[in-house]
Amino acid sequence: MTTQEIAVGGYSKGFSQTHRTDRWWIGPLLTFLGFSSFIVYSTWAALQGNHYFYGSYLSPFYSPLLFVDPSVTGGASLEHAWFGGWPSWWPSFVPASPAFLVLAFPGAFRFTCYYYRKAYYRAFAFTPPGCAVTALPQKNYKGETFLLLFQNLHRYALYFALFFIIILFSDAVQAFFRDGKLGIGVGSIVLLLNATFLSCYTLGCHSFRHLVGGKLDCFSCDATSSTRYGLWKRVTLLNENHMLFAWISLFWVGFSDVYVRLVSMGIWHDLSTWGN
Amino acid sequence: MIPLSEILTYEHDVIVVGAGGAGLRAAIECCKQGMNTGVVCKSLLGKAHTVMAEGGMAAAMGNVDARDNWKVHFRDTMRGGKFMNQWRMAELHAREAPDRVRELEEWGAVFDRTKEGLISQRNFGGHRYPRLAHVGDRTGLELIRTLQDYAIHQGMKVYMECTALDLLKDGDRITGLVGYFRETGRFVVFKANAVIFATGGAGKAWKITSNSWEYTGDGYGMAYTAGAELMDMEFTQFHPTGMVWPPSVRGILVTEGVRGDGGILLNNKGERFMFKYVPPKFAAETADTVEEGNRWLEGDKAARRPPELLTRDVVARAITAEVNAGRGSAHGGALLDIASRRPADVIRKKLPSMYHQFKELGELDITKEPMEVGPTLHYFMGGIRVDHDTQQSTVPGLFACGECSAGMHGANRLGGNSLSDLLVFGRLAGLGASEYSKSIGKKSVTDEKQVLSIIRSATDILNLDKGTNPYLVHEDLQNVMQRYVGIVRSADELQTAKNELERIKKDVALVKSDGASQYNAGWHKALDLRNLLISAEAVTKAAEMRTESRGGHTRIDFEGEREECAKYNIVVKKGEQGMEVRKVERREPPETLKKIAYAKIEDLEREGV
Amino acid sequence: MAKRQFKIWRGNKNGGEFANYQTEIEPGMVVLDAIHSIQAESAGDLAVRWNCKAGKCGSCSMEINGKPRLSCMTRMNSLPANETVTLQPLKTFPVIKDLVTDVSWNYRQKEKIQPLKPKPRDADGNYRMMQEDVDRIQEFRKCIECFLCQDVCHVLRDQDQANNFVGPRFMIYLASLEMHPLDTADRIPTIRKEFGSGLCNITRCCTEVCPEHINITDNGIIPLKERVVDRFYDPVMWVKRKFFGV
Repeated sequence: MTTQEIAVGGYSKGFSQTHRTDRWWIGPLLTFLGFSSFIVYSTWAALQGNHYFYGSYLSPFYSPLLFVDPSVTGGASLEHAWFGGWPSWWPSFVPASPAFLVLAFPGAFRFTCYYYRKAYYRAFAFTPPGCAVTALPQKNYKGETFLLLFQNLHRYALYFALFFIIILFSDAVQAFFRDGKLGIGVGSIVLLLNATFLSCYTLGCHSFRHLVGGKLDCFSCDATSSTRYGLWKRVTLLNENHMLFAWISLFWVGFSDVYVRLVSMGIWHDLSTWGN
Repeated sequence: MIPLSEILTYEHDVIVVGAGGAGLRAAIECCKQGMNTGVVCKSLLGKAHTVMAEGGMAAAMGNVDARDNWKVHFRDTMRGGKFMNQWRMAELHAREAPDRVRELEEWGAVFDRTKEGLISQRNFGGHRYPRLAHVGDRTGLELIRTLQDYAIHQGMKVYMECTALDLLKDGDRITGLVGYFRETGRFVVFKANAVIFATGGAGKAWKITSNSWEYTGDGYGMAYTAGAELMDMEFTQFHPTGMVWPPSVRGILVTEGVRGDGGILLNNKGERFMFKYVPPKFAAETADTVEEGNRWLEGDKAARRPPELLTRDVVARAITAEVNAGRGSAHGGALLDIASRRPADVIRKKLPSMYHQFKELGELDITKEPMEVGPTLHYFMGGIRVDHDTQQSTVPGLFACGECSAGMHGANRLGGNSLSDLLVFGRLAGLGASEYSKSIGKKSVTDEKQVLSIIRSATDILNLDKGTNPYLVHEDLQNVMQRYVGIVRSADELQTAKNELERIKKDVALVKSDGASQYNAGWHKALDLRNLLISAEAVTKAAEMRTESRGGHTRIDFEGEREECAKYNIVVKKGEQGMEVRKVERREPPETLKKIAYAKIEDLEREGV
Repeated sequence: MAKRQFKIWRGNKNGGEFANYQTEIEPGMVVLDAIHSIQAESAGDLAVRWNCKAGKCGSCSMEINGKPRLSCMTRMNSLPANETVTLQPLKTFPVIKDLVTDVSWNYRQKEKIQPLKPKPRDADGNYRMMQEDVDRIQEFRKCIECFLCQDVCHVLRDQDQANNFVGPRFMIYLASLEMHPLDTADRIPTIRKEFGSGLCNITRCCTEVCPEHINITDNGIIPLKERVVDRFYDPVMWVKRKFFGV
C-alpha cells in the first residue's frame, strides 16, 4: 500500500482507491485480456497474407479481396479479386496482404462503437477502471471533446460496416457452392454464423438506432414515422444486447479466420458434402 | 440569550410550510399572484411524501368512460366520506380537478395515454368510473417532479431541510414563524403576512403506518398552539393494504391500483371473502358473484364493480375481521393475489414499483405469488379547520391545504382524491393567502419575546444534564396509539390512551438529546414530539366524543352510523385548561348539491339533475 | 438474529473518522433499519438523511461497502454475513455531517436547464400524445433524484468537471425534454456546450447504480450525443441543412 491522504468522508486519494469489497477488477481484466488477444491475433493474421482461402471459404479478415497475389500459399485465385492482381506500386515495406486494404473499416467501426468505447476507457484508459474506483488522474480531463472528437463520426464507420455485412453474407452464400456445386461444410456454417453475428452486432448499433428512428420526437405523427418506429423498436431489441453481440461477433470473426487458416494449412479437416 | 438582530431573518409576503404537492401548488399560485414567496420544507425539494402516492389523481375528465362528469365524482366523494365532507369543498374539488390535471400536463407531466392519445384513467375504490389519471404506479412522483420543475422557474425561494417550530403572532393574526435549519441547527425567523401550512398528517404517532418520518403533525401542533381549530381528527384512514412482512417494512403501502387492475383478496382458506362484507348502502352498485366481478374487469359496462373496490374503510375492517377470526395469512394479514389474474408482463408494466418493492424488500415475485397485506395508518381526513373557498384557518393569516386541512374528505377519503385535493386546494390556498396578504399591506413588527421563547424551548433539550431518550419516548407513543387508538376503538381503550398520553406528556417535557445542534437526528426527533403528542391527543379525544362508527372511525361499543351523529363535526381547540373538544353543528347544504349527492346514478349520467 | 458489525464514517467537512458499531439484525432488515437501531441504541446524534424508506424518494443515498446505493433498498442479507459493513457519505458531494452530504449543486444545475415549452393545446382543450411517443420519456421520469449516478460519474467524482458537465441525472432530464412530443424548445446547442455532453465517456457506471434501473446511457445520453452529432459533427447533415434547409 502506498501512502494515502485520507480525505473527508473516509476516502483515500489516489488512483484505483475504493472501498468496494467485491472483485470489481475481474470485468476490466477480462476485457483487457480479450481485446489484447484479439488485437495480437488479428494483427498477426493480417500480416501473414496467406492461408486465408480454402475451397470456397474466404477468411472474413480478408474480405473483400480487392487484389490477389495468386502465388501465395493458401490464397485465393485471381478470379476472386475485385480488381485483379496485386498492384506493382504497393510499397515493399508494407506487407503484401489483402487484409491490410480492408481491416481498417471494421476496425474503425469497433473502435468508435459506443460499447467498445466504454470497455476500453475502463480496461485500457482507466477512466475509470471500475464504478466508484478512482480513475487515473488527468490534469485536465477532456472526455470526448478534444482529441477524441472523431468518436462522433461513428455513423460513417457504420455505413461501411453495413456494406461489409452485405459482402460477408455474399461470402457466406458462396461458401455453400464449390465448383458450382451446392453443398455444405462446417466452414460454410462457420461463415454463415459469422455474417449473422456481425449483423446482430452492426444492426444493434447506437448510431443506427438513432438514424432509423431515435431522432424523431413523435413516432405516431405520420405513416413514415410509424414505420420508422417499428424499425427503431427492432433495432432497440438488438441494441439491448449490443455488448453480447459485440463479444460473440468479435470472437467468431477471429475464429472464422482461425478455421479457414487451419483448414487451408491442412491442420484441421473440414467436414463437408463435397468430400476432401 | 442572542438578540433578535443577530438571528437570521427572511422577509416574504407569503411563506408556505411544506413542499409536497399542496405546498408547491400553493407556492406556484402565490408567485402567479405576484407574491414574494418562500417555501420552507423539512426535506430536500422533491422528496416529500407525495412521492409515495401511487394510484393516481381523480378527475372526472371522462376520457375512458364518457358517462363520467363532476356530479358523479362529487356524489362518489360524498358517499365515500359518509356525508361528513364539507359540501362546498367536495364540490370545488370535483369541478376543478380536471383543469388541474390538464394544467399539470402542460407543465410537463407525462400521464399514461388512452388509444386516442388522451390522458388514460384507471378504476379505483369508491369511484364509479375509471377516473384516476396515472403514470403506472408512480403518479405521486410524477406530480411532485412536475410541480418542482415548474416551481423553480417561478421565482420562489425554497428553504430546504428547514423545520418550522412555531408561528409568530401580532394579537390575533399571523406575522411569520420561527424555524431552524436541520443542517446547521441555526435558527431562522421568517416574516410574512400570511403562512400556508401544507404539512401533511401525523401518521408517525402510530407504529404501523405508511407515512415517513416527516409526518409528525407539525401543522396540527403549530396551528393548535397558535389558537387555530382542528376538525374531524377522529377520522383516520387505515389503508387496507400495507405490507405485512418482513417486519422492517411493515406498513409500507401496496397501491389500491393492484385491486383496480384486478387483484383479489383471499383468506388463508383461499376464500374471496370481500363478498361477505358489502355494506347495504353499496350493495346495489357492487357485484354479487365472482363471475360478475370478472366481467367487470374485462370491461363489461353492464357489470357491477367487484367488492375489493369498496371504500378503504370497508376493506380495512374486513381484513381485520378475517384476521381476528383466525383466517389470516402466515404473518397476520390477507392475501392479495394479482398473479393468477393478469399475465406477468402486464403486471410488470402496470405495477412496476409494486413489482420492484416486493422483489427487493420482500423477496417475493408478485407475478407468481400473492402478497401479504394488512391495514396501515395512511391518512388524516381531519386537520386544520378552514374556510371552504379561501382555505383560511380560524386564525387570520394562517391558511392550510392538503392533508393537514380538514373538510374535503369527510369521514373517509377515496383513493385518488388526495392528489387532486392537493392541486385544487393548493391553488385555492395560494389565491386566498395572496388576497389576504395584499389586503394587509404593511408587514408588522416581530415580537422579540415570542421568538426568544420559541428558541429557548428548543435549545433546552440540548442543555439538559439528564432526561428521557427521544427515540424511546416516540416508540412508547407509537405503541400506545397502535394499541388503543387503532382501527377499532372503544371507550375503555380511549380512556386508557388518554391516561397513557398524560404519562408520555411528562416524558416529553423531560426529553433530552446529546451532541450539538448540527444535523442532530436525536434533537430533531425530540423537537417533533410535541406536535406528535398534540395530534395524538386530538385524535383520541375526538374519537372518544364520536359515539358511532363512520368511515375511518370505528367504535366497537357503538356499531354503525347514527343519524344524530351526522349532524355535527368535532372541533378541537386549545383552551385555558388544555385541549377543549366540542361538537359543531353542520350547516344545511345547498339544495342543488343535496340533490346531486342523493340522486340515482342513472340520472347523473344523463346530466339530468 | 445475529449481531452485525458496522464501520460508519463520523465527522463533518473539517474531517472525521470511522467509528465502529454493532447492532442486532432481524429478518428483512435493510441497511437503513440498522442505522436507525444504531441511532436509537448508541449514537443518537448520528446524521442520516432519509424519507420514504421504500426506494421512492431517493434521500438515503450513501456508499455501502464502497458502492453507491440507497440504504433503504439494501437488504442486510444481501451483504456478506461475516464482513463488517462500511458506510460512508457520497464521495462527490461536500459532507455536511456523518452520512449526509450537501447535494445542492444538483438543484442549481436543474435551474440552468430551459423548462418545457409546450405547443398549444388542441381545439378541444386537450393534448394528444400516443403511448408509444411517451414511453421513452416515462422511463426518464422514473428518476427519483437520488443522485447516485451523479456520485458515481467519474467526470464529477474524480475529474473535477462540475463546472463543465451536468452529470447523468440532468442528461436524462434534458433527454426527457428533448424527446417530449409537446416541447418546442431547442436545447441541443446547450447540451453540447454548457451541459458538456462530450465530457461523458459513456462508461455506464450511472446506469449500473441506478436504483430505478433507468437505462441512462443507452436510452438517454447516447441518443443525446447522436442528436448533437446531427447538429454539429455530421458533414452530410450540415450540408443538407445548409443547402436544403432540412
